[in-house]
Amino acid sequence: MQRIINFILNYRNAFLYGLLLVFCLAMTIRSHSYHQSKFFNSSKLLTGSILSTKSAVSDYFRLKEENQQLAQENERLRLLLFNAKNNTVGINSEPIYEVIHARIIKNMFSSPRNYITINKGLKDGVQQDMGVITPSGILGIVENTSNNYATVQSILNTRSNINAKIKNTDYFGSLKWDAEDYDVVQLVDIPRSATVTVGDTISTGAMSSIFPEDIPIGVIKKYDLNQNQSSYNIQVDLFNDMANVKNVYIIKNRDKEEILELQKSTENVE
Amino acid sequence: MLSNPIFLNGLRFALLVLAQVMIFNRLNFMGFINPMIYVLFFYWYPIRTNRPLFLFLGFLMGFVIDMFSDTMALHAMSGLTLAFARPVVMRFCFGANYEFQGFTFKNTTRIQRITFLLLLILLQHIVFFTFEILSFSHILLILKKILFTGIVTLLLCVLLSSLFAREYD
Repeated sequence: MQRIINFILNYRNAFLYGLLLVFCLAMTIRSHSYHQSKFFNSSKLLTGSILSTKSAVSDYFRLKEENQQLAQENERLRLLLFNAKNNTVGINSEPIYEVIHARIIKNMFSSPRNYITINKGLKDGVQQDMGVITPSGILGIVENTSNNYATVQSILNTRSNINAKIKNTDYFGSLKWDAEDYDVVQLVDIPRSATVTVGDTISTGAMSSIFPEDIPIGVIKKYDLNQNQSSYNIQVDLFNDMANVKNVYIIKNRDKEEILELQKSTENVE
Repeated sequence: MLSNPIFLNGLRFALLVLAQVMIFNRLNFMGFINPMIYVLFFYWYPIRTNRPLFLFLGFLMGFVIDMFSDTMALHAMSGLTLAFARPVVMRFCFGANYEFQGFTFKNTTRIQRITFLLLLILLQHIVFFTFEILSFSHILLILKKILFTGIVTLLLCVLLSSLFAREYD
């Protein structure tokens, strides 16, 4: 017994190192493999408030650019509004999608698993698995929420998997990221029978209950067939500059629970 | 006040964490280069030290940075490894006599000090990026990140360490 204790005391540094290392490894592997990454701290109280103060200061340096973007978006929305007036057939139904405006307080795009923190949380009705878009494209999916903040799993995340299609066709595939370049994402599983041309627009598909259909994502940069020649791997050049986003919109689908419940009960019957 | 080692190292700890989190983590130079200047903490820390405390400080340093940047325990792991491996690296750079009472940073050459810094940075980056990506199929991406981020970190650290040069203990 004495010898064991002496042994441990002699190598106490190595033991301390080993102990802390195991702790770190456990946390890292946990955050790699869990879908629910629980240890997100930039949305917690202390770090969240420091980051939002910092963001409040640095926002002043970008006001002009931001204003321009907002003006552009207003223009586009007004256009839509006028068109809608002309097209109304007279059906008064509740809108399915609700939009919440938020600002990014921490952006990140250089690591293989990027998460973005925004300044709206549970209090404002933000919940897990809501889609997040920017004025020019899509940003990601809400991963975690606290009272006042939420973290978003960016499309620049190797775990991200979003349904997307070639615009004006119904060929759909999944949008992934290979961690190489923050301007380019990959669309896989588009069947071989689809006609693919460089420059075509890629938009969100109708298969997900997270994003509405036809939100633009990017254009086809180049494409090739995958290994067994059955489907296309398409490189998509993103519309929005992921390094420079500030204003985002969170999309809430009112029918989502209903859809999920229905799908679940259908699966259970099978 | 500045000669009190606890105060000095505490101040250094806080400033390096803030600089790392607020400035260098969002630099994104050329899209992916975020230099990790907190390696300087391990470079500046006194030579003769209470090792368990130093290990714990290395871990804590990384952990605080992790909390701000959502990279759970990656910085903590590399900081901890740096603290653990520092005596070996020092022996390699300064020879066996670094453990003697009379040894200070003053009687080392500039090349020796830069080699010391370079090895610390290299070790930190290898641990960090290997575990960040955690996949052998991306080995080229890992090497690319280590190389370019390492170069920028080294440049910045050399600049900062000569800017804040101090009286060595």
